[in-house]
Amino acid sequence: MEPIRFLGPTLALSAILFTLGVAGVLIRRNAIVLFMCIEIMLNAVNLSFIAFAQLYGVSGSIMVFFVMTVAAAEAAVGLAIILSIFRHRQTVDLQNINLLKG
Amino acid sequence: MAEFVFYLFAGAAVLGAAMCILQRNPVVSAVWLMSMMFSLAALFILLGAQLIGILQVLVYVGAILVLFLFVVMLLNLGRATSDLRGPAGITAAVVIGGLLVIELLALWRYTPGRLAAEVAQAPQMAAQLENAFPGGQLAQQATEANGVVGAIAAPMFQTYLVPFEITSLLLLAALIGAVVLAKRRI
Repeated sequence: MEPIRFLGPTLALSAILFTLGVAGVLIRRNAIVLFMCIEIMLNAVNLSFIAFAQLYGVSGSIMVFFVMTVAAAEAAVGLAIILSIFRHRQTVDLQNINLLKG
Repeated sequence: MAEFVFYLFAGAAVLGAAMCILQRNPVVSAVWLMSMMFSLAALFILLGAQLIGILQVLVYVGAILVLFLFVVMLLNLGRATSDLRGPAGITAAVVIGGLLVIELLALWRYTPGRLAAEVAQAPQMAAQLENAFPGGQLAQQATEANGVVGAIAAPMFQTYLVPFEITSLLLLAALIGAVVLAKRRI
């Protein structure tokens, strides 16, 4: 059996990247940058799927394939929503989009 | 050698993600995100998922990031005004991010042997990885027999056929939704 490489370091890298994505969502107000942070989080999860795919077979790789598909769909619809919000409000700053604020 | 490559690209990925969330200009953020995704593609290939590495470059860098850049261009957002949240937001980010990273970094200690022993709840499993993870060995045999793409394609069109077909419905819905939402007047 081929040696399984970098399980712990890969999971740690995945944790760091996911945390950076969460921090980005919390500190930024620009809606487009928020979407980029969501992509960082999805990529971090993909990385841990690939780390475990070394142990558990190709199911992890197939799951990454599905995550990529969902990410593409999410980016397309989300950016279309941002475009239409920008047409109405002339801004993508989330501080100015507060219609639902309690 | 593999260690050096791993830590080089891991550092590049962390740098790319950090710069992406800290740069105020969305275009610069997108370019740093691109560098992070290239590093992750290299890591995927290093970890034995060559097809996923190529797909990462094609789908994420080639499609999703270009879409981001197009939207930034359409909205004309290139101005460099800071959009960082105030002290409350930064504090929340540091606290939540710190807790999350402490919690998740516990995974650093895992080696395949330790994982095998904990999953099977039997310490002797750590020495016999072939028995603990039969899936990985089957995947390696499939890769040797059918190639990298064949090893993924066979289960995708057999075991995962229904999810694969549902994915096409999802993409169709996203296509229609994006056109309807972005169009000025239908």
